[in-house]
Amino acid sequence: MTEVKEYQDVYLASFARREKEFAAGPSWLREIRRAALQRFAELGFPTTHDEEWKHTSVERIASVPFEPAQAGPAGAIIDALKGLPLCGLDCSRLVFLNGHYQRELSSLTGLPKEVRAGSLAEALANGSPALEQHLARYAHFQNHAFVALNTAFLNDGVFLEIPKGSIVQKPIVLLFISAASGPPTVSHPRTLVIAGRESQATLIEGYIAVDEEPYFTNAVTEIVAGEGAVLEYAKFQQEGRAAFHVATVQVRQERSSNVSTYSFALGGALVREELGTLLAGEGAEAALHGLYMTTDRQHVDNHTTMDHAMPHCSSRELYKGILDGQSTGVFNGRVIVRKDAQKTDSKQGNKNLLLSEDAVINTKPQLEIFADDVKCTHGATIGQVDPEAIFYLRSRGIACNEARGILTFAFANEVIERVKYKPMRDRLKAALRARLGAGPGREDA
Amino acid sequence: MLKISNLQARTNGKEILHGINLEVNAGEVHAIMGPNGSGKSTLAHVLAGRDGYQVTEGEVTYEGRNLLEMAPEDRAREGIFLAFQYPVEIPGVSNTYFLRAALNTIRKHRGLEEFDAMDFLGLVRKKMTLLGMDESLMNRPVNEGFSGGEKKRNEILQMALLEPKLAILDETDSGLDIDALKIVANGVNSLRSPERSIIVVTHYQRLLNYIVPDFVHVLYDGRIVKSGGKELALELEHRGYGWLDETAEATPPEL
Repeated sequence: MTEVKEYQDVYLASFARREKEFAAGPSWLREIRRAALQRFAELGFPTTHDEEWKHTSVERIASVPFEPAQAGPAGAIIDALKGLPLCGLDCSRLVFLNGHYQRELSSLTGLPKEVRAGSLAEALANGSPALEQHLARYAHFQNHAFVALNTAFLNDGVFLEIPKGSIVQKPIVLLFISAASGPPTVSHPRTLVIAGRESQATLIEGYIAVDEEPYFTNAVTEIVAGEGAVLEYAKFQQEGRAAFHVATVQVRQERSSNVSTYSFALGGALVREELGTLLAGEGAEAALHGLYMTTDRQHVDNHTTMDHAMPHCSSRELYKGILDGQSTGVFNGRVIVRKDAQKTDSKQGNKNLLLSEDAVINTKPQLEIFADDVKCTHGATIGQVDPEAIFYLRSRGIACNEARGILTFAFANEVIERVKYKPMRDRLKAALRARLGAGPGREDA
Repeated sequence: MLKISNLQARTNGKEILHGINLEVNAGEVHAIMGPNGSGKSTLAHVLAGRDGYQVTEGEVTYEGRNLLEMAPEDRAREGIFLAFQYPVEIPGVSNTYFLRAALNTIRKHRGLEEFDAMDFLGLVRKKMTLLGMDESLMNRPVNEGFSGGEKKRNEILQMALLEPKLAILDETDSGLDIDALKIVANGVNSLRSPERSIIVVTHYQRLLNYIVPDFVHVLYDGRIVKSGGKELALELEHRGYGWLDETAEATPPEL
C-alpha cells in the first residue's frame, strides 16, 4: 500500500508546484480541479483487483514519475509531420505538440464562420460561457482515476462548438503529436465538442508519435450531440512503441441524434481506450466501429459502454482485433438497457484474429438489461487465418506470407470500409498495408 | 511432363493410395475415373501439395523435377493448376484483386510484364463472356455467395487466365446441369494445346462426352487397375464400377 501512495504523491506534488498556474483560471474550474485531484488522491491508480482493470495492469504507468510535457518549437516537427498519417488531408486542423497548441501548424480557414474551433486553453482564458456549462459534466471522475487526473491537470486541447443547424462539410482534424525527449513526460489533452441541434460534422482525432521514446498521454474527450445532430467521430491512435496511452471518450446523445464512432488503435506499448455513450434521448442511434492491431509485446485494452437510458434507441457495435507476436488484447463491451428503455435495439460483436501462438485476447460482452421489450444480441469470436483459404491462394502461386497478409488485410478492411470519408479510408488502408506488408493497392476495389 | 511412380499416400491415419503409376505427356488429356473412396481427390490434392496428406512411398516427377519437394505456390508458378471440387469462399477479398494478384505472380515468375488494373479488367471481361459469367462476380468476394455452377466456372476462369502447363480438374462436373457442363467443357477445350496437359478426375462419364480424353484410367481402391482409350469410359458407364472387384483380384498390385 505504501508504494501506491507514493505513486500518487508524485502527482500531488506536481499539482502543488503548479498551484499558481491553475489558480489563474476561472473559479468554477478551480473547484473542479480541486475536487478531481482529491478524488485521484483517494482512488489511486487502479490495480488488477479492480474488476474494470482486471486484465490490464497500469503498474508500468503508475511507477514512472512523469514530468509535465513541454511544448517544443513547431519547427522541430514540421518535416516529420509530412510523413505522418492524417497529415496532408484537405481539412481544417488543430495541431498540438506534447499537449500544447501550435497555431502556426493549424489551419481553420475552411470552417464555416459560425463554428467556434480552437485551443481550449484560449477559450478558458476568454471565459466562454459554454465551457462552464459543459466542461467536465460528461466524463465523470468519481470512480475513474485517470479521468480525475486529467481533470485536475487539464491544460489544453480542443474546444469545438458547432451551432444549431450548422453543416460542416469537410472533416475537422484534431492532431495530438508527441515528440518526446529527455525524462519521460505526461500530457493531459482535454477536448470538448458541442454539436448543436441538427448540426452535422466529421471529426478525426489523431494521436501520433514522431519518435520511439517513452511518454504518457492521458486524454479525455467529451462530445455532446444535440437533438438531431449527425456526427462522425474517428479516433486514430498510433503512439510510439514505448508510449502509454489512456484515453476516455464520453459521448452524450440527445433525442434523434446519430453518432458513428471509429477507433483505430495501432500503436503504444500499453493502451487503454474507453468509449462511453449515453443515449439520453429517444430515437438516438449509435454505431461503434473499432480495429486494434497489436504485435511484439503491446497490450491494448478496449472498454466500451453503451447506455440505453431512453426508449427506441438503436446501437450497433463491431470491434475487430488482430493480435500477433506476444501481444495481448482486452475487449469489454458493456451494454446497459435501463428499465424504461423499451424497444431498444442493440447489436454487439467482437471478432479477433490471432496470428501467433503466443498472442492472447480476453473478450467479454457484458449485457445488463432491465427493460423487457428489447432486442439485444452479442457475439465474440476468436480464430486464426483460414488454412483452406491460405492453401487456395498458394495453389494459385501466391506465397504463403503474402496469402496470410491478404487474408489479414481483408479481415481488418471490413472496419475500414465503414469509414465514410474516402481520403481517411485510403490512408487507413495504406497504414494497414504498411503494417502487414501486403494488401490491395490503391487501384484495386 | 508428369511421371507418377508407385505413389502411396495416407490421410487421417488411413492409407488411400496404394501405388499409383501414371505418365502424362505434353498435349495429352487423361481421364481418371473411379467410385467414391477410390482416392481420386487424394491424388489431386497430393499433386497440388495440400497439407494433411503424407506420401509414404513413391515419386512424382514434373518436368524432371521432384514435385513432392515443391511448395504449393512453386508448383503453381511452374504451371500446375488444380480446379477444386469444393472451392473455398474468401470473404473480404475481391475476386478481381485475387485473380490479378495470382496472374501477376505467375507472369512475374515467367519474366512477363504484370497487368495493371485497367488492362486486367479488359482481359478478364473477355474470358468471362466466353464462360457466360456475369461481370458482377468480379467485385464480389472470392466465391462468396456463388452458386455451385458459378464456383466451378470461376475455377475454369482462373485456369484460362493462368494458362497452366498441367491442369488437374477435380470432379469439375459435380453439381452442374447440362448447360453449365457444356460451357465449362467448352472453356476447358479452348485451352487444349500441344504444350498443355489435362487430367480430368471424374466419377461420371458424361463430362467426357464433351472433354474427350486421349487416355482413360480407372482408379479403384487406391490403384489404377485398368487403362485404355475413350471407349473404356463408355464401358464403365454401361457396366458400372462393380466388375472392378474381379479385375482387382485378377491384377495383382504393382510392388
